[in-house]
Amino acid sequence: MSWLQKLLPPKIKRTLGDTKKTVPEGLWSKCPTCESVLYRTDLEKNQEVCPKCGFHNRIGARARLDQVLDAEGRMEIGSEVTPLDPLKFKDSKSYAERIKASQKDTGETDALVVMQGSINTVPAVVAAFEFRFQGGSMGSVVGERFVRGVNACIDHKLPFICFAASGGARMQEGLFSLLQMAKTSAALTALSRAKLPFISVLTDPTMGGVSASFAMLGDVILAEPGALIGFAGPRVIEQTVRETLPDGFQRAEFLLEHGAVDLIVDRREMRDKLVKLISSLMRLPENG
Amino acid sequence: MKTSFLDFEQPIAELEARIEELRYVQDDSALDISAEIKTLTAKSQKQTKDIYAKLGAWQISQVARHPQRPYTLDYLQGMFTHVEELHGDRAYADDPAIVGALARLNGEPVMVVGQQKGRDTKEKIYRNFGMPRPEGYRKALRLYRLAEKFGLPVITLIDTPGAYPGIGAEERGQSEAIARNLYVMAELRTPIVAVIIGEGGSGGALALGVADQMLMLQYGMYSVISPEGCASILWKSAEKAPDAAETLAITANRLKALGLIDRIINEPVGGAHRDPEGMMQSLRKALGETLKLFQGRSMDEIIQTRYERLMAYGKFKEAS
Repeated sequence: MSWLQKLLPPKIKRTLGDTKKTVPEGLWSKCPTCESVLYRTDLEKNQEVCPKCGFHNRIGARARLDQVLDAEGRMEIGSEVTPLDPLKFKDSKSYAERIKASQKDTGETDALVVMQGSINTVPAVVAAFEFRFQGGSMGSVVGERFVRGVNACIDHKLPFICFAASGGARMQEGLFSLLQMAKTSAALTALSRAKLPFISVLTDPTMGGVSASFAMLGDVILAEPGALIGFAGPRVIEQTVRETLPDGFQRAEFLLEHGAVDLIVDRREMRDKLVKLISSLMRLPENG
Repeated sequence: MKTSFLDFEQPIAELEARIEELRYVQDDSALDISAEIKTLTAKSQKQTKDIYAKLGAWQISQVARHPQRPYTLDYLQGMFTHVEELHGDRAYADDPAIVGALARLNGEPVMVVGQQKGRDTKEKIYRNFGMPRPEGYRKALRLYRLAEKFGLPVITLIDTPGAYPGIGAEERGQSEAIARNLYVMAELRTPIVAVIIGEGGSGGALALGVADQMLMLQYGMYSVISPEGCASILWKSAEKAPDAAETLAITANRLKALGLIDRIINEPVGGAHRDPEGMMQSLRKALGETLKLFQGRSMDEIIQTRYERLMAYGKFKEAS
C-alpha cells in the first residue's frame, strides 16, 4: 500500500488502484459510486467519466494530455530530467527500488509530464501529474519539469496549465522535496511578470505540498467534480481534532463553497473551458 | 527553573541530582564539600559536552523540541530592542501561533516574524502548540508587505511542528495561505533572513522560510515530514522514528553539507536551553553579520540572486 493510500479513508481507497491492469480490455467495469455496470470501452470513450452518474475516475498523465492537447505539434518538455536518490534513502525498500518499480508500472520516468502543444489550436504548455507514480509526489524532477514548462511559456509567450494529482511532497528526497514548493511557486512570479496566465486544475487528489504551493496559485483555479483537495489528509485531521469530518469535507464542491476555487469543470468540457478562459485572459480573437 | 532532561541525558541528570544534594547538605555540614561539588560540576559539564558531541539525528530532534528551548518571544525580548508586537490578519483573526513585531537589532529597525510555542499547558493550548492556522500565515504575509513598504529587512524565526491540520484551517484555505507566502516571499523587495531556531516542520515552516540567507541553530531540525510521521507511513511503525530521522537528513550538519542552509549557529554546551543568553548573543552577532551582506547591493540584484537560488533547489540527472 502506498503512503498516500494509508492517508485516505477506506471509501476512497477502494477507487484507487490500477483498474486498467486488473480488468482486461472490453470487460465490464463497475462504477465505484453508482455501481452501474459499464463497458470499459464506453467508459474510455467518455474520458473515464461514468455516463450514468458523472463520477470522475482517476486518469493518467498521458491520457490527460491526450484529452486536452491537439494531436498535432506536441513536444515534451523536461523528459531529459530524471530522478536521483540524493539521500540514499532506505526504509523497508530503497528509494532507488521504488523509483524503478514506479517506472516499470507507469512507463513514466517521474510523476509529472509536461508538453508544449495546442488546445483546439490555441498554443499552450500543459503539465499533468501521474498519480500512479509514487502517489504523484513532488520531488526534484517534478519541480524542475514544472519550472522548465513555465520557462517555455515565458520564452514563447504561452499560457501554462497544470493538472495536479498528488499526495504532496516526496518524503524520500527529504528537504529537497519540500523546497520544490518554494521553487515552483517562485517560478510563477516570473510567469506573472510576463503577464502570462497560469490555470491550475485540481483533480483527485491534490494534497499536501502540491496543494500548498503552485496548485493554489492559479490565476484561475479549476477543479474536477468530487476531487479531494486539501492541505492535511482527512485521516490526519480526524486524528488531530477527534471529530467526525463533515460530509463532503475537502471535496471540490466544498472548496467552491468556501471560495478556494473559481469553477468546477466536468472533464468532458475541460478543453472548451480552457480555451475560453485562455482566449479571454490573453485577449485572443473570439474562438468559433 | 529545573532543567528537564531528555532520555539520553540520564548520566548528566544523575550527576546534577548528586550536585544538588551536596549543595543542600553543604549549608549545615561541618565538612567543606565545595571541592567535591566543584569536581562533580566539572564532570557534569564534560559529560554534557561528550554526550552532545555525538548526538544522532533523532536525539537532535528531541533537543530541537526541548520544552525549555528559547522560543520566538524569548528571542524577541532578549535579542532585540524597541519591540512592538503587531497583531491580526485584517480579515479573520489574530493567530497566537505566529507572532510578528517591529523591533530593532543592533539599533537597526527590522520586522520579525516567527512561530510561537507555549511553555505551560495553558499557553501551549493558547499557542496551538506552535501550529499556525491560515490567519497566522496571512498575518505574516501582511507584515512582510509592511516591511517591504518601509524597506525593513525581514527576520523569520522558525519553530513549528507544522501547519495545523484542522477543519477550520482547511475551510479557510490553509493550502492557499502557505502557497501565497511562498509566492510573495520569492518576490518581496526587501532582504529576508530565516533562522531555524527549533523545529522546522514541513510546509508550515517553509511558509516562513523562503529567504536570501538561511541560518540554522546547531540543534535545530528541518524536515519535509516529522520523523514520526515518516516512520509510521514508510516503516508502518512510529517506533522507527530514529531511523527515519537519520535517513531524512534533518540536522544542521547534513543540510549544510547538502547546500540547503547557509550557516550553522553553534549552541552553548548542552543546547540553547542551558544558556539562552549565550545563545542569543551568538545569534544576534550572526544576524548582524548576515544583514551586512546586503549592504551596497541593489534590490534587483538581491531578488535575482534569491530567484536563482530557489531555481537551483533539487538534485536530478540530466541527459545531455
